Amino acid sequence: MNVKQLALGAVAAAVLASPLTAEKVFAAGEQFVPVTLYRTGPYANTGEPLMGGYMDYMRMINARDGGVNGVKLVYEECETGYKPDRMVECYQRLKNQGETGAGMFNPLGTGLTYAVIEDATKDKIPVITIGYGRTDATDGSVWKYVFPLITNYWSQNTAKIKFIGQREGGMENLKGKKIAYVIHDSAYGKETQPVIAEQAKKYGFEVKTFPVAHPGLDQKAVWLQIARQYKPDWVILRGWGVMNQTSIKEAARVGFPRDKIVGVWWSGSEQDTVPAGAAAEGYISANFHGPGTDYPVIQDVLKYVQDAGKGTVDKSEVGTIMYNRGVVYGIVNIEAIRVAQGKFGNKPLTGEQIQWGFEHLDFTPERIAELGATGLVPPFKTSCFDHEGQAPVKFQQWQDGKWVAITDWIETDQAMVRPMVEASAKKYAAEKGITPRNCATEN
Amino acid sequence: MLYREAGQFKSSYRSDQAIFPIFQDRIGVIIILLFAFLVIPMISSEYMLRSIFIPFLIFSLAAIGLNILTGYAGQLSLGTAGFMAVGAFAAYNLVIRLEWMNFIVAFAVAGVVAAAVGIVFGLPSLRIKGFYLAVVTLAAQFFIEWLFTAVPWFTNYSSSGVISAPPLIAFGYEFESAQSRYVLTLAIVAVLALLAKNMVRTTTGRAWMAIRDMDIAAEIIGIRPLWTKLQAFAISSFYCGVAGALWAFVYLGTVEPQAFDINRSFEILFMIIIGGLGSILGSFLGAAFIVLLPIALNNAASLFTGSGLPADIVTNFELIIFGLLIIFFLIVEPHGLARLWQIGKEKLRLWPFPY
Repeated sequence: MNVKQLALGAVAAAVLASPLTAEKVFAAGEQFVPVTLYRTGPYANTGEPLMGGYMDYMRMINARDGGVNGVKLVYEECETGYKPDRMVECYQRLKNQGETGAGMFNPLGTGLTYAVIEDATKDKIPVITIGYGRTDATDGSVWKYVFPLITNYWSQNTAKIKFIGQREGGMENLKGKKIAYVIHDSAYGKETQPVIAEQAKKYGFEVKTFPVAHPGLDQKAVWLQIARQYKPDWVILRGWGVMNQTSIKEAARVGFPRDKIVGVWWSGSEQDTVPAGAAAEGYISANFHGPGTDYPVIQDVLKYVQDAGKGTVDKSEVGTIMYNRGVVYGIVNIEAIRVAQGKFGNKPLTGEQIQWGFEHLDFTPERIAELGATGLVPPFKTSCFDHEGQAPVKFQQWQDGKWVAITDWIETDQAMVRPMVEASAKKYAAEKGITPRNCATEN
Repeated sequence: MLYREAGQFKSSYRSDQAIFPIFQDRIGVIIILLFAFLVIPMISSEYMLRSIFIPFLIFSLAAIGLNILTGYAGQLSLGTAGFMAVGAFAAYNLVIRLEWMNFIVAFAVAGVVAAAVGIVFGLPSLRIKGFYLAVVTLAAQFFIEWLFTAVPWFTNYSSSGVISAPPLIAFGYEFESAQSRYVLTLAIVAVLALLAKNMVRTTTGRAWMAIRDMDIAAEIIGIRPLWTKLQAFAISSFYCGVAGALWAFVYLGTVEPQAFDINRSFEILFMIIIGGLGSILGSFLGAAFIVLLPIALNNAASLFTGSGLPADIVTNFELIIFGLLIIFFLIVEPHGLARLWQIGKEKLRLWPFPY
């Protein structure tokens, strides 16, 4: 064997063998919070500020309060690249870290969530999907460990139709209107189809779906068809990543008014509008939290983390939609730890204990004010029965280079969504042979 | 000295045509199998089994499938992930709709379904060759992905198009723990890999290689091109289909078309190019390289995150180093990692007396 082959063998062996088993060691008495995110891949530009806000919030809590009731938060990053298989790997890698194991997971993607739901349920670790994920998991009696918190896609969709109704001057005016539904052709994009069909029936409008293949860079044909043939009154954009800016640009090119396009909250951040330039002016999107830096909690993050030079992302990101969303993730996740500590004591908690915390969240206006997040976080309350919280939705418009809230909180139509959630949950439970918990006897 | 076949006389056709003609190879394979079946499940953590060994084995199986078609029969294909998707969705629909069916049987039937689809898309291979055939199989890839997204029947009318795989129950036993799933995957992969190894030394495999090396010459010596090519497509797709079913049921636990996109096809193509075209061992080596190396790099990178290096730079190093290593290996050994093992074997035969 000559030197070349020896060198080759050595490189291969060293690279493969050593780091696979390497593990970080965390001190006792600390609460471990796994952070799965994507800094690479097609959605890196949104993944980075989002989880940056989350990590900065945890750092702020450690710096300002010395942790949650004295229990320091520690975290470890794991790169998923928005791939479900890498998410499974990250989940397995992080679930037993720290003294009590992972407190909860925020997978950050619908496909990624689906890939870990079953393992997490088995391991008793909550899977938190704020503003995305499996909608029917709202029924906590079937999905004990899955929390599509604040507002799920179906609820959001009802708020969106209400908003369009407002703009049309009343829900009765929706009759005979046409709505084009431009979706990312994936699990995420298709999630709301049953509820929009139901709403179309109820209010008498017409919906046509226009799927856009991933990653969505080529939409010329779709928008020509929308603007020249279908001629809808409104467009609902259910895009993600680079697809959104392309949609806005194409809409401008074919002359479709941008203030008649309503995006979901994953289509309404600076990452979507800034690259579209002037074409984005007037574009509307939904949101479940407020924009800007004008909240005491964001000021604290600036003071304790960013100005101390400890930020995980650039300071210019603070106050953007994605960063604020990350801070909201932090507020909700950490609040669940705090609530659970009220029952189990001020020490690192297991996922099973934190699950109790998530099930007993109560974001009253007073509590939100205490957290310094009035206007940032909507009021909501969870229970065994309701893993969502039924929070209201806000709408925002891109005006002169920044997002401006144009409505107050709009309530969702739970009378329509809840029966559909329960029907879907029942079907799943039957398919999987799950006996639903009896929420009346839980406390 | 240890690895020398001198003195191992072949006195019958049977022994001359054995799968592993060299005594040391036979011992080696038995030791590896025993180690994989008995020792690894005992000493490995759940993390190692669940997120290292299982995906590695499944990708190895898919790579063997593509290697049969591209490495042995010389038909370039970019539809591998599409055929995997067919296997996954066929298995799902079989298990859901025919409740009495054992899932292992369902996997086999899913492989057969994938084989049938493979034959359909293999038909143009009689007229179209090389890169043009790659384009045809690319069409298969996109068509299959579109079909499963567009027709809700395949996903049992699930609202999101992602379906979770039903529990794996066979013979009254539920394959739930990481160990049992690993052993299940290993058993399927080992049987199919041995079958493939066996197949390529028989008439079937020799016919494939004849077609690969020069199809006109092969036709003249009496090999039927259409039959042989379709056979390669069918068997290759069978392997890919079973791999797809395993990926969806055993590894991910969910079935969605996006898990089998064009990138997956490229990934498997890179596996066999880096591992070695026309080599069963190469399929395993290539899968190890493509699946395990990024995870190893990622793990290594995560050790540096606390040390003051910006996390975003560390994360991107994974992609940079991985790309550099691919270039490095292709320059040093363009015939793939399997060739390195072959060279090593030659050296071992002479050791310790090289001349």
